[in-house]
Amino acid sequence: MLYAEFVGASSEPVRNLIERGAVRRFAEAIADPNPLYADGEVAEKSRYGRLLAPPTFPRTFDYGRIEGLELPSAGLIHGEFRISYERPLLVGDELLCRVELKESYDKQGRGGLLGFLVFERTGESLGGERLFTADDVVVVTEAVRRGIGA
Amino acid sequence: MKPRWEVGDELDERTLPPLDRMRLIKYAGASGDFNPIHLIDEAAAEAGLPGIIAHGMLMVASMGLLFSGYLEHGYVKTFRSRFSGMVFLGDVLRVGGRAGGVEETDEGRLYAFEVYARRGEETVASGEVGFLIYEDHG
Repeated sequence: MLYAEFVGASSEPVRNLIERGAVRRFAEAIADPNPLYADGEVAEKSRYGRLLAPPTFPRTFDYGRIEGLELPSAGLIHGEFRISYERPLLVGDELLCRVELKESYDKQGRGGLLGFLVFERTGESLGGERLFTADDVVVVTEAVRRGIGA
Repeated sequence: MKPRWEVGDELDERTLPPLDRMRLIKYAGASGDFNPIHLIDEAAAEAGLPGIIAHGMLMVASMGLLFSGYLEHGYVKTFRSRFSGMVFLGDVLRVGGRAGGVEETDEGRLYAFEVYARRGEETVASGEVGFLIYEDHG
């Protein structure tokens, strides 16, 4: 099992502000022309009252670092992504974000022993209310595993 | 008008433009994911790939486009995606989905969609989206 000593360890929370320009650029990058992401007037008249952030926008947040955990810089595979929201995120929201290594397990694959790391990323309001929880499953192939001497 | 789906209803399938390098550069800039296998040919070759590959999260965002037209009435509450294939420059993907279930909740009507991104017959990403339609007006 990889990085067993870090399972349950989490970063210090980092404060993130959802900025209008960052949302506009992100929406453009994913080719989503929805005016609720970019047009302040349309957003103001909507039920949200403010510009929305796209569902995959939390990718852009700073979650801090788990102290001491050094992942290989190359060769990791993103196997799965999951996110769950309590409400949509809006431009102007400030969040406290952190990342935790939630699980580590091994599985025998066709190409050798695969390591799976599950990172949980969360965002809370400054008042401590959970707004979203996202899990990323990262796959470590046997070749990468050998590279880190595990 | 507020959308209403029955189990089995399909979302209109969308064909995305062929993947080009500028899309990946823009996504890298906007997301902050500058992993070189998405941007630099030599880095992809070093990793044993035939060329640079798209960010997995860009595929998730592309499947998310299916719901963009309904955001006035609700939002993506849950999204789960598994990555099953790599996407290269020039690839043409289709994204689509189908309503698999519906549930009444305190917040509104929560639809469960199965979604996919395909190149030809090959599925490169698939997942489930929980889309919540608010119960109030309309």
